Amino acid sequence: MTEAGRPGRCTGAQAVIRSLERQGVKHVFGLPGGAAIPLFDALVGSSIHLVQTRHEQGATHMADGFARACGEPGVVLVTSGPGATNTITGIFTAQMDSVPMVVITGQQAVGSLGLDSFQEADVSGIALPVVKHSYLVKNAADIPRVIREAFHLSRTGRPGPVLIDVPKDCAAATIDYREDEAMRLPGYRVPDEVDAAAVAEAAKLLAAARRPVLLVGHGVVISGAGAEVRAFAERMRIPVVNTLLGKGGFPETHPLSLGMLGMHGTAYANKAVADCDLIMSIGSRWDDRITLDPARFCTGAVKIHVDIDPAEIGKVFAVDCAIVGDARAVIAALDRVAVPGDTAEWIARVEAWRAAYPLRYARRGGLMTQHVIDELYRLTGGRAVVVTDVGQHQMWAAQFYRTDERFHWISSGGAGTMGFGFPASIGAQLARPGDLVCAIVGDGGFQMTCAELATAVTQKVPVKVIISNNRYLGMVRQWQNLFYENRLSGVDLAGNPDFVKLAESCGCRAFRMRRNAEVRPVLERALAYSDGPCVVDAEVVKEEDVFPMVPAGATLADMLLEPPRKVPAR
Amino acid sequence: MNGERLVRKHLVSLYVANNPGVINRVAQVFARRGFNIDSMVGSEAHDPAFSHMNIVASGDERALVQILKQLNRLVDVVHARDITGQDVIERELALIKVRCPAEKRAEVLDIAHAFKCQVADLSEGALVVQVTGRTEKIEALHRLLDRYGVVDLVRTGKVLMARGEEVT
Repeated sequence: MTEAGRPGRCTGAQAVIRSLERQGVKHVFGLPGGAAIPLFDALVGSSIHLVQTRHEQGATHMADGFARACGEPGVVLVTSGPGATNTITGIFTAQMDSVPMVVITGQQAVGSLGLDSFQEADVSGIALPVVKHSYLVKNAADIPRVIREAFHLSRTGRPGPVLIDVPKDCAAATIDYREDEAMRLPGYRVPDEVDAAAVAEAAKLLAAARRPVLLVGHGVVISGAGAEVRAFAERMRIPVVNTLLGKGGFPETHPLSLGMLGMHGTAYANKAVADCDLIMSIGSRWDDRITLDPARFCTGAVKIHVDIDPAEIGKVFAVDCAIVGDARAVIAALDRVAVPGDTAEWIARVEAWRAAYPLRYARRGGLMTQHVIDELYRLTGGRAVVVTDVGQHQMWAAQFYRTDERFHWISSGGAGTMGFGFPASIGAQLARPGDLVCAIVGDGGFQMTCAELATAVTQKVPVKVIISNNRYLGMVRQWQNLFYENRLSGVDLAGNPDFVKLAESCGCRAFRMRRNAEVRPVLERALAYSDGPCVVDAEVVKEEDVFPMVPAGATLADMLLEPPRKVPAR
Repeated sequence: MNGERLVRKHLVSLYVANNPGVINRVAQVFARRGFNIDSMVGSEAHDPAFSHMNIVASGDERALVQILKQLNRLVDVVHARDITGQDVIERELALIKVRCPAEKRAEVLDIAHAFKCQVADLSEGALVVQVTGRTEKIEALHRLLDRYGVVDLVRTGKVLMARGEEVT
């Protein structure tokens, strides 16, 4: 019997895997390399399913999609050096959107660190600005505690990615597995009590408001505060707008919902926010895609900010009332004391905007991405888990695929990471095996991570990947057209592969869609196919723009509803 | 954003977990907001699992409020406080090397004596004085000695402690 085989004894690598099992981890995303061989060796025979990816970035986005689809941390396991640095984009993406993730990287032996050893990268240093916290294990006996701490940090408070760098000699060392060692996090605090005075102040401001708006952000989704927010909005009779990541925090089909606000939000949401006398953000961080010019955002309105992260309060602008805490606890507390104001006139006004400025697209002429998404919405009854990439299709998906349920909208918001959508949909499908998962991606972003087609096929995930293929980096083209006198630079994706053939070469089912008349039948066939992933290559018109649009740095009142006759000044 | 930016020196006191990389984490928060760190003193605390860090940094007043929150958000930071203008015990040590021919030596030693300095080194053409005290005192001495020709100055940065029973 080896030393590591004695009761209570194991290798560092076995301690890593055992600790993951104790955290309830069922899936690990990644691929091995020299320094990670002991870690992958310990996976053999464990209860954890390895989702072997083709690239480490894909692994991080899968873990991210997994986490966003179920709320539990996604776990990544990769090797040192390039394996580790390939995770940085995915870690950054998770950090920007407060997604729980634990990334375990193999590393050179402790004695070789700092010597430019083969595949040695200072990944804990490189990742420093984009993690919630990070560890470089120096002593194998620390592994069980470090992993417990990493999961605790990753999933509590404002969630985020935690990186653990495990040198090869620590992975190979034999240790006593101590599962009872206390966490050592003296500097880590999660706000647990809601400030009653702040809640009372917010209630007072709400009672006085005549034109209030609730702004629902990702925090509502993360916290699981949907029921509380809904009960509160209904009782107070307050219209609700949501951020891109707030989709699923409040049902977008609810009569009080105005959908997404901001740069490509609905006209009625933007008009309501521009005209409100009170705006209460619940778990949003006043991102520049919704405030645009923060100095001119809702200048006449009272601002209330609910956030679990004290560092978000006052970051973008000063607010009139701040409540630090978990969205669910705060809204529950507020709902107990707040008295509804008279909002009947306001709601009538908002309804008039909704009727006057609906979202629109041309149903004749060439094939439009909006048409495809609109039809997908109808055919799926709005019940699909929608995962998007970044760009025009993302905005159209946000507009036309209304989201009603928590964890049913997955999109890279803060980071705006192209290449996110497709791998994230694989992770989401693994987290929700019984649900319909549709990835809506562009041809540009899809090509950044389409190597994961092989992963989707081997994992037999029945994701539907709909490529809005306009052979352009469409959003950049739109900006160049509107703000740079249509001087197109670097946006023409000439040389795109044939996506149907590409998918088929990986053993994936694929469909092509070229005409309006094909939208419904092709989508029906794709939705009926469940024997693994399938790809729909929708060859859409090349030059369609996303509207409404508020130019960067403008105010919501400067919103463009259609292409301007004269190009607006930059 | 709007309004005038108030740039001034801030004194930030931190109590942190004594972990590798904690200086990087802290320094990064300042750097990201364009703050220049004028001095940084770090030392193991009474409990060796922790360290004290005292940082003097210059930058925008409003940004500092945010920086403090972001410092407190760091998992390794137990607390970070702006103690600018607060009544704390504050000491700094400096070594000042003065070019000093024999005929001026008595004058320089007189000044050093008045500032309760120790002479750390004495050679043919130079002497090194060691001064401790508040930053203002060190700066005053530096100005005086510079008339004779200061050739080198090394300072520890501020070492701080709360008065009374309060723990820093």
